[in-house]
Amino acid sequence: MSINKNMRILVVDDFSTMRRIIKNILKQLGFTNVVDADDGTTAWEILNKDKIDFIISDWNMPKMSGIELLRKVRASEEFADIPFLMVTAEGQQENVIEAVQAGVSNYIVKPFTPETFEQKIKKIFEKKEKKK
Amino acid sequence: MDIKLAKPFIEATVNVLSTMAMIKPKAKRPYIKDHNRALGDVSGIVGFTADGGKKGVMSVSFSKKCAIQIVKNLLGDDIENIVEDVQDAVGEITNMISGQARTKLAEMGITMEGATPTVIMGENHTITHITKDKIMAVPFTTEYGDFVVEFSMSE
Repeated sequence: MSINKNMRILVVDDFSTMRRIIKNILKQLGFTNVVDADDGTTAWEILNKDKIDFIISDWNMPKMSGIELLRKVRASEEFADIPFLMVTAEGQQENVIEAVQAGVSNYIVKPFTPETFEQKIKKIFEKKEKKK
Repeated sequence: MDIKLAKPFIEATVNVLSTMAMIKPKAKRPYIKDHNRALGDVSGIVGFTADGGKKGVMSVSFSKKCAIQIVKNLLGDDIENIVEDVQDAVGEITNMISGQARTKLAEMGITMEGATPTVIMGENHTITHITKDKIMAVPFTTEYGDFVVEFSMSE
């Protein structure tokens, strides 16, 4: 299975350090078509004016959190099918369950290695391919 | 304060810094700190809350040298403004240690939610804890300088 390396990826995190770490890993994996946002509200604005193929989002953010963004995306007609990877420091079981119930495509607990990140992305798109 | 509570914070700190910044810190003996002066030049601070009014505070205070090396290891050539980058990176490191430590505390039956971290820079800054009497401090050494993790919890 090959993943489209030109897909438009939206990275959402309130800390610029984490946005840059994620963008650097994506670049190493060959994904260079990346846009970023510092919270859910800005991410939602970008979704409405840009064509986004994949969302990678933190959970805890001011204004609109990652879980609120996920629920909004899944409830919308236009963006409901966009793969959504949650990257968060919240590793407690109830958080994972809450995200799964809200329709997350996969979940990474910080800290993570580039290898874990790559595996999670692969799993998301393998699953998407099987659904077709 | 139960010394067993130091374990989740020590494990979380070592895991976060070795996975994300390729720095393997060594923990020294935890002790009870009896003042609110920060033991480093830049501190990330985060509050914890739980049902029933239980509260906590965790902080990570880095020496300037150690904080700069962590930023370099996290971002490589991507550093734009070293002061802003140190501030942001210490916030994110604090956030990750808080998340990991709370996951481990939950396994011990202590469930707490974490707030968004704040970062204070400058010599002789202070860290406000829940209580002055029961602040547990864990000093760490690295090849790039030292740092201290502190936490307090209301009974």
